[in-house]
Amino acid sequence: MTVISVSPEAPSVATAPDRPVVEARGLSLTFTTADGPVYALSDVDLTVGDGEFVSLIGPSGCGKTTLLRVIADLERPTGGTITVNGVAPEAARLRRDYGYVFQAPALYPWRTIEGNVTLPLEIMGLSRAERRARARAQLDLVNLSGFERKFPWQLSGGMQQRASIARALSFDPRLLLMDEPFGALDEIVRDHLNEQLLKLWAKTKKTVVFVTHSIPEAVFLSTRVVVMSPRPGRIIDVIDCDFGPDRSLEIRETPEFLKVAHRVREGLRAGHSYDD
Amino acid sequence: MTTEALGATPSPPAPPTGEGGLAHTLWNGTALPVALVVLVILALWHVGTVLMNWQVVHDTRVRMDQPAGFADVLSATFAMERPILPAPHQIVHELWRTTMEVPTTSRRSLVFHAQVTLSSAMLGFAIGTLVGIVLAIGIVHVRVLEASLMPWIVASQTVPILAVAPIVIVALGSMGLTGVLPKAIIAAYLCFFPVAIGMVKGLTSPDVLQRELMRTWSASPAQTFWKLRLPASVPFLFASLKVAVSIGLVGAIVGELPTGAQAGLGARLLAGSYFGQTVQMWAALFAAAILAAVLVFAMGAVERIVLRIMGARPEGARR
Repeated sequence: MTVISVSPEAPSVATAPDRPVVEARGLSLTFTTADGPVYALSDVDLTVGDGEFVSLIGPSGCGKTTLLRVIADLERPTGGTITVNGVAPEAARLRRDYGYVFQAPALYPWRTIEGNVTLPLEIMGLSRAERRARARAQLDLVNLSGFERKFPWQLSGGMQQRASIARALSFDPRLLLMDEPFGALDEIVRDHLNEQLLKLWAKTKKTVVFVTHSIPEAVFLSTRVVVMSPRPGRIIDVIDCDFGPDRSLEIRETPEFLKVAHRVREGLRAGHSYDD
Repeated sequence: MTTEALGATPSPPAPPTGEGGLAHTLWNGTALPVALVVLVILALWHVGTVLMNWQVVHDTRVRMDQPAGFADVLSATFAMERPILPAPHQIVHELWRTTMEVPTTSRRSLVFHAQVTLSSAMLGFAIGTLVGIVLAIGIVHVRVLEASLMPWIVASQTVPILAVAPIVIVALGSMGLTGVLPKAIIAAYLCFFPVAIGMVKGLTSPDVLQRELMRTWSASPAQTFWKLRLPASVPFLFASLKVAVSIGLVGAIVGELPTGAQAGLGARLLAGSYFGQTVQMWAALFAAAILAAVLVFAMGAVERIVLRIMGARPEGARR
């Protein structure tokens, strides 16, 4: 495993290990709509430590994606405080502290796979040689070596999503934000990518905040599962579930795994209103 | 992993074509329907030629004491010097004569006139495209411009160009501007519209995720423009350019009409109508149509090459 060297111009900032990567206190976000206010987030407290893999799980409308978007400065909270790497989300975004993976790969169709992965580096003004070296290393990390010259349409959905992960990692951010990255893929591809993501996380020691609505996915991948509930969007349970660094998909059959999964399901059920 | 690389697999072998011979190939291809349509049009045209010219030919022959039987009149309708509707072969002959048999520098050469029209059309096309793109960039980036400019842009195209052309020619002429430029400006007046509309659509075509990615990388507006909006707009640009290049030619021809018609396909049309030279008019008309077709085809070829370089999926290709 080759750890990508952080060159001097790379925007990544070293943070003290004891300082949390994400720290939210009393965070709320209310959207004003024609039908009255929508309480997307209400009094959310969350701390994500360095190197953690935290999943946000919950039914649709529970604010899990909104929370991720607040961390990414794609939404502004209406109350409470939040810091990312010790600074406000906007400052963190401006110094490119995080990589974001959307549900869809959103690759630019006129760029090759390598061209897509080097795009953030172009924007950051890295040299051509540096861009190329980093893109090759990242594509290697997601097992896409040999596809540099292909255009997105020539790759399957799973490969496109791996390319988008390589793109998010290309500038070596310490924090990786993933919004249901495998939600649009079929079960088999999803299992495969879950294993690959776990290996990637172990290799790169990134901090990951991962939004999903799949219980097995959340429990399998995470060091902590944050269970959320809608109307208003809030956190109702936080479950530690570290199954060790060398876990394989088989652990999903073990009693320990099922126990944690059960607790997550209970949490989801408790928080879910049955009136709809 | 390699099984996922579907784009890398070789294309399947071409289906056998020998089966059934030429008739089979013709039936399955587009050649036969195209030929059929052309034949029908030609047949109708000949009927039209006979019907429209009949009375004139008949009366003339009677007055001149020439035989005016059915066969005599029929054959004469295809060979008039100034027919109301010339027969196709007369137009083809005129086209051949004025392109191949006269020197291209002569004022009687259609090549000479076509080249005059083409130069102002191309200059107008270039100006119009540039203006259209600049307007679109402004409209996409400055919200106020959309509300303030868009109505004028649309209104500009509701004014009949035939009415605007003489005004522009006279106004520019009084400022001492003559020759190619006034005609080019009329062509540009028509060209900029499809380009502006197409580019506004193209520049706003990137989806939310593609735009938010730029935001997560804290890209500047200029970077978002060059690396996202502009490349995304290219297919829209080419669709507009194909329209613009042909109406640019129309604009140049219209621009030649009020100038006293010294040179150009428009001048040729006007001169033909002054002197009742219908064959000459039709030949000029066909020259303009052929020229427009060539321009659109050439633009299509450039489009295919550019989009291919930009990774567009080849037609018929599957994942």
